[in-house]
Amino acid sequence: MLLGPKNAFGVAVKKDTAQQYAMLQDTTRCIGCQACERACCEKNGFPAPDKEPEIGYDRKTGPEALTVVNAAATSDKGIVFCKSQCMHCDQPACVSACLVNAMYKTDEGPVIWREDKCMGCRYCMIACPFDVPKFEYGSLNPRIRKCVMCYDRIGEGKIPACADACPQEAILFGRRGDLLDLARKRIYDHPSEYVRHIYGENEVGGTNMLYLASVPFEQLGFRTDLGTTPYPEYTKTFLYSVPLALLLAPAFMLGIRQATKGKHDKD
Amino acid sequence: MNTTDSATNVYRRVGQDLWKFILGELKPKGKLLTPFNIISAPIILLGLVLIVLRFAKGLGATTNLSQEFPWGIWIGFDVVTGVAFAAGAYIVTFMVYVLRMDKYHSIVRATVLNGFLAYVFYAGALTLDLGRPWKIVNPIIGNSFGVSSVLFLVAWHFLLYMMAQFIEFSPAIAEWLGLRKLRKILGSLTVGAVIFGICLSMLHQSGLGALFLLAPAKIHPLWYTEYIPVLFIVSSVFAGMSIVIIEGTISHRVFRHKISAEHHAKHMDIMVGLSRLAAAALFVYFFMKILVLVHGMHWNELLTPMGSLYLVEMIGFVVLPFVLFVTGAKNRGRKILLTAAIITAVGIIFNRLNVSVIAFKWYAPVHYIPSWIEIVITMAVVLGEIWAFRWVANRMPVFTESPQWVKLLDREDEYPVPQGAVADMSTKAAALQPVKYKE
Repeated sequence: MLLGPKNAFGVAVKKDTAQQYAMLQDTTRCIGCQACERACCEKNGFPAPDKEPEIGYDRKTGPEALTVVNAAATSDKGIVFCKSQCMHCDQPACVSACLVNAMYKTDEGPVIWREDKCMGCRYCMIACPFDVPKFEYGSLNPRIRKCVMCYDRIGEGKIPACADACPQEAILFGRRGDLLDLARKRIYDHPSEYVRHIYGENEVGGTNMLYLASVPFEQLGFRTDLGTTPYPEYTKTFLYSVPLALLLAPAFMLGIRQATKGKHDKD
Repeated sequence: MNTTDSATNVYRRVGQDLWKFILGELKPKGKLLTPFNIISAPIILLGLVLIVLRFAKGLGATTNLSQEFPWGIWIGFDVVTGVAFAAGAYIVTFMVYVLRMDKYHSIVRATVLNGFLAYVFYAGALTLDLGRPWKIVNPIIGNSFGVSSVLFLVAWHFLLYMMAQFIEFSPAIAEWLGLRKLRKILGSLTVGAVIFGICLSMLHQSGLGALFLLAPAKIHPLWYTEYIPVLFIVSSVFAGMSIVIIEGTISHRVFRHKISAEHHAKHMDIMVGLSRLAAAALFVYFFMKILVLVHGMHWNELLTPMGSLYLVEMIGFVVLPFVLFVTGAKNRGRKILLTAAIITAVGIIFNRLNVSVIAFKWYAPVHYIPSWIEIVITMAVVLGEIWAFRWVANRMPVFTESPQWVKLLDREDEYPVPQGAVADMSTKAAALQPVKYKE
């Protein structure tokens, strides 16, 4: 039942992240074959990747590479491969940054981008802690490109292309709650193979991309300094103060104006 | 700069054809081949060509923006710094219309005009930076309201504030065109527009800082603090004051023949008053920066290269201008005040670029440096604003006194004036004895 019922959109429950679509990537299983990358490029109509994962070289996602696999030399587990793409945060920074709702967190979990709304301000790129949104600088009709968890394929009842292509079952697609259970079980069953940390469970308030690893995540190039505060919280205080200011400031100023009124002033 | 040699402006008189008058005003006034024009005109023309190139070739071909650095100087300087520079308008209108400090009345129009044009030009330059500018109306109309975005707030406030500033300045346009009835209506809107405008200003000056609250992991800890919005609004006070002092000093020289004798006499007083305010704001700002530093506990960062940048900003561009403003205000030294204002303005550019560009992803191996095209377009935008300012100041009552009929109009409530007597009045106005018109 990992893949969920066929027509799941109708039963998606708002804000219950356990029922949302998510993916679990077990980096101990990844062999760096790039089948996921090729499947992603094929699905999105991009040229196939021309570089292989290489230690010491940080491959980055781009407007024509929504997911990339990197190799990391670790202290005691040898070379570990790790795929990166959009983390599909529960409370995404990009969505709270977007002033036109072009970045949109769907009820089902994936964070998508809507072309008809975006004005290309690139604030989402500033905000995203994982540097995911990429911009087509070379185009006259530039789009923001990022992994959308194959939202269209999910709608057709299929699973994301990368998960479909993985020969190692290193990428699992399913409900976030189920995947968290599975991840915990793996850590419990094989304590020597995993660190006791599911990346994405709590990072920036939780993400729909979950990772398991055999070494501390910073060794794989993950940012572990992001904290667990959801990004929208950082601007919430400011935004809450706006109506207050608009309400109190005019009254305050009119009051001063009255108080400073001289004998010869008309009003 | 080119200015007329004739001492006063002639505004449209009653009966003079409106369109003929406007056509006449469109012609350049004064000398064209001044040093300023010779330098600025080619830059503006080149800038216009490059703007066409930017839309023809796209952002990638004309800017050094990248996936790592999505915002460059078009945001960091044009918008974030430009808006801070335009802060003089909300501060001076606050002093004059809310605190009723009449001393500053003579600089209101020039400051508001400067603020309005700064928004039009600098914030207008934002459209160059947008990848999909044809969607720019989306946050304003339609069902695309991203209300959780600080940028949404900033966008709306820009739009509304530009309107408020236009209303604040519009009486000058009505006076220029001799539109008496319109002047009366617009004049009555000023206080409302001012108060609305101050609220908007406070919120989007801080809002521009709040934009960067969403990048806690990307901005150097010496600059990232949850107090960025407060720091931005406090620094906008001395940013605005420094520009008003610089603009005031230059205008005082360039538009000398237009400025009334009374204003001349008060000019130094005004500059000293503004300098005191700037010094106070600098002091508050310095104090807050220290508090933020102490609470942030980033002492060790002060010894890094970014730390020295921080110290340069704090000592060279906050403490130094504070000292200069205080001594200048005490000795009434025009040159010291101007120096202090220039240092403050440079410091604001430095600070805003630090937050938005330099300290942003300070850890990246290859950092963003603007392309020459970005720099030339930015210079063209700044010079274009100065040209627009000069064009208006040469025609409308910005530095010159309002036409005589306005003074009578303002007293009309007490002494009703028969309609259609405006033409007559301008000649008789010198007498200013409205009692005569009573019957």
